[in-house]
Amino acid sequence: MPDTYIQLAGWQVAAAAALIVLNAAISIALRLELERRLLIASVRAIVQLLLIGLVLGWVFELRSAPVVAGLLGVMTVIAGVAAVGRSSYRYRGDWLNSIVSVWVSSWVVTALALGALLAGERPWYEPQYAIPLLGMILGNTLTGVSLGLDRLGSELSERRDQVEALLTLGATRWEAALPAIRAAVRTGMIPLVNSMMVVGIVSLPGMMTGQLLAGVHPWEAVKYQLVILFLIAAATALGTLGVVLLSYRQLFNRRHQFLHERIHHNE
Amino acid sequence: MSADRPLLEAIDLGRQSENSHWLLRNASLRVRAAERLALMGPTGAGKTLLLRALAQLDPSDAGCVLWRGEEIAAQDIPRFRASVVYVQQRPALLPGTSRENLQAPFRLHAHAQREYDEGRVIELLARCGQPSTLLDRTTMQHSGGQSQSVALVRAVQLDPHVLLLDEPTSSLDSQATRSVEELLRDWVELEPASRAIVMVTHDARQAQRFGTTVLRLENGQLTREA
Repeated sequence: MPDTYIQLAGWQVAAAAALIVLNAAISIALRLELERRLLIASVRAIVQLLLIGLVLGWVFELRSAPVVAGLLGVMTVIAGVAAVGRSSYRYRGDWLNSIVSVWVSSWVVTALALGALLAGERPWYEPQYAIPLLGMILGNTLTGVSLGLDRLGSELSERRDQVEALLTLGATRWEAALPAIRAAVRTGMIPLVNSMMVVGIVSLPGMMTGQLLAGVHPWEAVKYQLVILFLIAAATALGTLGVVLLSYRQLFNRRHQFLHERIHHNE
Repeated sequence: MSADRPLLEAIDLGRQSENSHWLLRNASLRVRAAERLALMGPTGAGKTLLLRALAQLDPSDAGCVLWRGEEIAAQDIPRFRASVVYVQQRPALLPGTSRENLQAPFRLHAHAQREYDEGRVIELLARCGQPSTLLDRTTMQHSGGQSQSVALVRAVQLDPHVLLLDEPTSSLDSQATRSVEELLRDWVELEPASRAIVMVTHDARQAQRFGTTVLRLENGQLTREA
């Protein structure tokens, strides 16, 4: 750890937490009726982070391959399920498609990154690298997957007549679904492209900020951030494409029929 | 091909609702070359379901559809639908102009060997009572009748063997309706050995006027009217 790093004392964290009073004051003054939710959210944030701190402390100490793999697996499944939960268009089996897409895309990209980063000199399950890398990739892939799923569902539901019109004219299922597939994959990838456009200008990304706070030289922090950014881009693209294609297979059968009744819209 | 063998045949077709109620049951139908079948029946009788089943748009819960005497393999469905074109009751046009809609089928693999013929399209639109200026207008600006005409012309220009038409004149005035009926009659008569039409209508006079055969669908069951 570089010697410029300042350890936080408990009272300093508590002082920061007290700032939530400001939010509460705004909520009360403007009658936003957010006080209760603010309280719950604050408590949840504290409890969740303390818990993950405990778990990570334990995992970092153990340095055991099965334990690290188990934690990575749990993180992946939670990301896959959360991606589906954010979509307002659901169909049976969507969570499985989501988990598979998130799993394959994030693990393939993380494995490549760990292989290149650790170059065989350290074990892959080095928690200091494997957990934060996969965590960052999952967080972004999850957004892409959920946006892609939601857009595919809305395109196919709202343009059902057009999809069927193409089928009636002799389109294959692929030809009929292609406009919706394109829109969905595009929607899943756009937030990342947008954030890459302004990275470093409007905001400093979280990981880079963390490294700077830990006393790492800015140039090193930038190099790490660039690598992470491109890893995230690749995993998001793969995950979004994966979930959209798996959903397409579920919603169009081999007889080139659009199984529209499988899609349910939750307001 | 034997003159007796139907182009399109439905055998005991059935379709169930989600709660296993039969919406269409034991529907059998033969569509022979040169025939114009008028299909009547009260609202909710299953007429649209029957047309959709004939076009293989929905999975069937019972029975089968034969094309020229044979079952249709999964990989042949797009080619089958290029030969048996279903025109929806509510015209489903794609975003863009009428021209873009009329050109759209030729970008599909099933029609890749053919080319869009604007002269033919203008002639067909005229027979539906629509001017050629409609081609440059976006479909958002269309009236119900204009949309219906473009959707019909989009199908007819492909010269399929069978047209499955779901109330194709419901948004047209009586003059345009007669004109469309005449267009469809001429279209079949141009190649009577390989063309036929199944048309759903609520208008008994239209059914008598247009149909060579009138069928009635009630409670999911099909009967032939005298």
